[in-house]
Amino acid sequence: MSAPVIRYIDEPHPITGLTNGKLGLWLFLASEVMLFGALFSSYILLRVGADSWPDGWDVLNVPLATLNTVVLISSSVTMVMAWVGCRLNNLGKFRFYMSLTIALSLVFLVIKTIEYKPKFEHYEAFLADGALVKGYEGSESITGHLDENDLDKDYILFSPDAVQHGTSGDDEHSDHEKGGEGHAEQIRINRLDIDRLTNFGPKHSNFYGLYFTMTGLHGLHIVGGIAVNLYFLLFGTGMFRSNPAQFSNRIECAGLYWHFVDLVWIFLFPTIYLL
Amino acid sequence: MEESIYGWWLPIDISVNGHKVDLLIDMLHWFMVVIFVGWAIFFTYCLVRFRAREGHKASYETIKAKPSKYAEIFVVIFEVVLLFGLSIPTFGASRTDFPAEGDDRVEIHVVAEQFQWNVHYPGADGKFGSTSPKLVDSENLVGLDHSDPAAADDFVTAGIMHIPVDTPVVIRLTSKDVIHSFFIPIMRVKQDAIPGMAIPMQFEATRVGEYSKAIACAQLCGNNHFTMSGDLFVDTQEDYDAWLAEMASGGDEEEEEEEE
Amino acid sequence: MSGHDHHDPGFIRKYVFSVDHKVIGIQYTVTSLLFLFLGFALMMIMRAQLAYPKADFSFLENIFGEAGFVGGTMLPEFYNQLGAMHGTIMVFLGVVPLAVGGFGNYVMPLQIGAPDMAFPKLNMASYWVYFTGGVVMICSFFVEGGAAQYGWTSYPPLANTQPHLIGQTMWLVGMVFLITSSLLGSVNFIVTIVQLRVKGLTFFRLPFFVWAQFITSFLLLLAFPPLEAAGVLQLMDRVAGTSFFMPDGLIISGSPAVNAGGGNPLLWQHLFWFLAHPEVYVLILPAMGIVGEIVANNTRKPLWGYRSLVYSVIFLGFMSFIVWAHHMFMTGMGQSMSIFFQTTTMIISIPSVIILTALILSLWGGSIRFNTPMLFALSFLPMFAIGGLTGLPLGLAASDIQLHDTYYVIGHFHFVVAPGTLMALFAGVYFWYPKVTGRMMNSALGKLHWIGTLVFLNGVFIPMFVQGMAGVSRRLYDQTHYEHGQAVQEWTIASSWSAWLLGIAQIPFILNFFMSFFAGKKVDQNPWKATTLEWAAPSPPPHGNFATEPEVYRGPYEYSVPGASDDYSPQFVK
Repeated sequence: MSAPVIRYIDEPHPITGLTNGKLGLWLFLASEVMLFGALFSSYILLRVGADSWPDGWDVLNVPLATLNTVVLISSSVTMVMAWVGCRLNNLGKFRFYMSLTIALSLVFLVIKTIEYKPKFEHYEAFLADGALVKGYEGSESITGHLDENDLDKDYILFSPDAVQHGTSGDDEHSDHEKGGEGHAEQIRINRLDIDRLTNFGPKHSNFYGLYFTMTGLHGLHIVGGIAVNLYFLLFGTGMFRSNPAQFSNRIECAGLYWHFVDLVWIFLFPTIYLL
Repeated sequence: MEESIYGWWLPIDISVNGHKVDLLIDMLHWFMVVIFVGWAIFFTYCLVRFRAREGHKASYETIKAKPSKYAEIFVVIFEVVLLFGLSIPTFGASRTDFPAEGDDRVEIHVVAEQFQWNVHYPGADGKFGSTSPKLVDSENLVGLDHSDPAAADDFVTAGIMHIPVDTPVVIRLTSKDVIHSFFIPIMRVKQDAIPGMAIPMQFEATRVGEYSKAIACAQLCGNNHFTMSGDLFVDTQEDYDAWLAEMASGGDEEEEEEEE
Repeated sequence: MSGHDHHDPGFIRKYVFSVDHKVIGIQYTVTSLLFLFLGFALMMIMRAQLAYPKADFSFLENIFGEAGFVGGTMLPEFYNQLGAMHGTIMVFLGVVPLAVGGFGNYVMPLQIGAPDMAFPKLNMASYWVYFTGGVVMICSFFVEGGAAQYGWTSYPPLANTQPHLIGQTMWLVGMVFLITSSLLGSVNFIVTIVQLRVKGLTFFRLPFFVWAQFITSFLLLLAFPPLEAAGVLQLMDRVAGTSFFMPDGLIISGSPAVNAGGGNPLLWQHLFWFLAHPEVYVLILPAMGIVGEIVANNTRKPLWGYRSLVYSVIFLGFMSFIVWAHHMFMTGMGQSMSIFFQTTTMIISIPSVIILTALILSLWGGSIRFNTPMLFALSFLPMFAIGGLTGLPLGLAASDIQLHDTYYVIGHFHFVVAPGTLMALFAGVYFWYPKVTGRMMNSALGKLHWIGTLVFLNGVFIPMFVQGMAGVSRRLYDQTHYEHGQAVQEWTIASSWSAWLLGIAQIPFILNFFMSFFAGKKVDQNPWKATTLEWAAPSPPPHGNFATEPEVYRGPYEYSVPGASDDYSPQFVK
């Protein structure tokens, strides 16, 4: 039994000018455009229909996100360099830049985690009508920190953020800088006085929901890219030697994917953080 | 109801505008019959005449089919006429041409919930009291704010709707929980009730009567979707006024519910 | 696999984790046929409740346990589970995988003369992802609270109201698998058709079936991702407590919903129908392709207007992306939006009319052989005509006021996909069975299957138009609650009996399918005397398909060419 020979794996089709892999990848990216396009459309629809929508730069960590943008764009550059290494038949160069790409993508994920984490530890308590909480009479909500063991108790010891009454979406990083020391005194809130108690996770509001869904899905794409790149780095040497043309095609495809993921972030960043 | 109002085709129509819907449906079905029978005759003829048999051979040439082109053009023209002549004006009128405020019209709010239609009447003052979801409980079905003076004479019925005959009725339709669809087959009206949205709809009844379970839910809304019906009473103006007066005085909303 | 010639890959690699498009095609076909019968079985149970509401179904209770029944009476939630899963299984696990994954995978590479798909491993992955999605869907029946029960459309907020029932969550996870599988498959199909056509096979020499698969793949590729996005958002609503589809102030079962609110229930419908309307064409286009092949072969003459067929299919594919909101006329949309979607809906009916007319005109001047595949293919034409025509009153918003969400809708789309697509798929099974197995299916059993299926399918679905006209809403557990339901209850009973008889009518098919594998008449490579490339390969084709790479010299349907010695001139014969 002989394996069927499939054409245009490593040489381009004379009419389309593309290898199978590259055409397939472009098609895959087209479907990805539809996926993220649907999410961006949802973002627009929900934002237009919302009563209030926080300003991204006010509640999210723009410096960290900017740093992440730089990291991701750099990783796109190193990805190109890795491909160049392939084309030049320079295994060392390929390995160096591929490792760098993977390292940068990991840095991106670490920064993302640093950005995510405090949001899950920061709470907002939406007060019931006529709730009597000393110092917060007439407020709609209090933001601050609490002991998560208290969550299912009848009352909650709450350490509010700096004494700003009420508005949701307090400045997040002012909170980091103070490292908790700037908190006003702990207050005790009866559970019955709270309509809804939530951290600044996805369930806080549609803004945070979309923020976590869209950046999370983007993060999954990063993870997928890391897996592919890692595979080429660790197990690609054999093909690099036996079939360099096909290998550099594959790296090129992985690179196209990587640039696309980068591009999605370049749309996400202004949409969520700056608009 | 001894007289049969429902049968094997469209049910009777007791609304002012329903005949336009019926006209469109009837015309479309005649059109379908004509087209389908035409196709079927040609189809059968071909099958018989061109069946494989001794001495018969297929021809390589395909026919130059002028009649089929005419048929296609006929289909297109017919569709254009129905679309712009009937469907767009009728649907548009049902969604945009509301009787002006102040005219002789009845306004009702309908609040859907799993699995009943709550009907909110403004009472004698003609003003709806404000409502809030926070006030909803088993007694206060639509969350009426009793501190609002306009709410004083409001009343709510569950699963029962009275309307006067020959008077335009404007309904503001909303839902407390999931999507329902307010459907009165004999009135040729249907509108989804969508939580978070208040959608206006209108109709005008032409025939007095008690139409039990004439209001249906057309959108799957949960386990008891199939029981989500409402009784429709089309009253003469006098009967309607008498019913309003009764509801405003003695006929408390809770009592009405217990009847249900 | 390269470099390992003459190496026997072993049973598992050959038949289970195979990368051969033919084995994968057979896997798809067999799996999806099983799912079709499962979906059909769910429907037969529903029909029992519909015909005899709340009757004593102790025999069913004995089979399905007490979760869905109380004292022999079926519970509404069980009925709703059957309904939701019937739709999901039929569409996403039955018809599409059979039409695209099964026939597309097996036949398309053969018809373009390729040795395999462009990405064989991806092809295998596509099947196993589909299989996993199917397993997730099936498992959801056995979890606490049962399977998804909010209709195959899963409209929120209803689908979000019971987050503790994991059936719906599993449905969403299963859908993500099925969508992924479709994406992998469609990329593979498009690349294969674009890159791997054999020498001489230009686009306008492609068999109509390949064109249909080509456009279908684009629909799958571009329409499914928005549903994936919607699925992710609904999954977040259910699992992470977001409220993308939950507006403010919901009171669910008497208590206020604890969530942020601010969501939009219609967002789901837009995303869902943006997929689900093209999905309709995913269901119908491959069927049209199959019918085109069989009609040309059995009239022994070229298809009428091959080019206009191709242009119509391309146009259909494009238009199918801008008609989705005609499913939403009753959601309170404004006049201008309804005008746009009514108009696009009327426009999309035109290419369908052209395709149907072309196929009927192809009969003129032919020499029609009435073998089993042809009987099924011919029945597709009037059945699809009924399905298409009854779409008109639903596409015009004014008549849709009365008919929307009634049984009329059910009758309409079932006529398109059941008597329509399914007839074509059966035709395809009979037509390509000899290619796949090297043996003919039995003709007498086939004709018995055909007549029973045709009669009873009509018996099932024609009553639905009457019910819909009377105003009976869809998805009712017991329509006799309403007077208008009672008035047409006898039609419901007739429909149910037809459904059960339809089940019996499938017995000859099942017997035929398995018995012919061992006892069918052996055939050579081209038993139907057909012209397209798959008939140039041996029956069954070996790994790699063709002994020598074929070359194409002419168009796909050169039958009864004047002056030729035979009444067919295959593409691959010089």
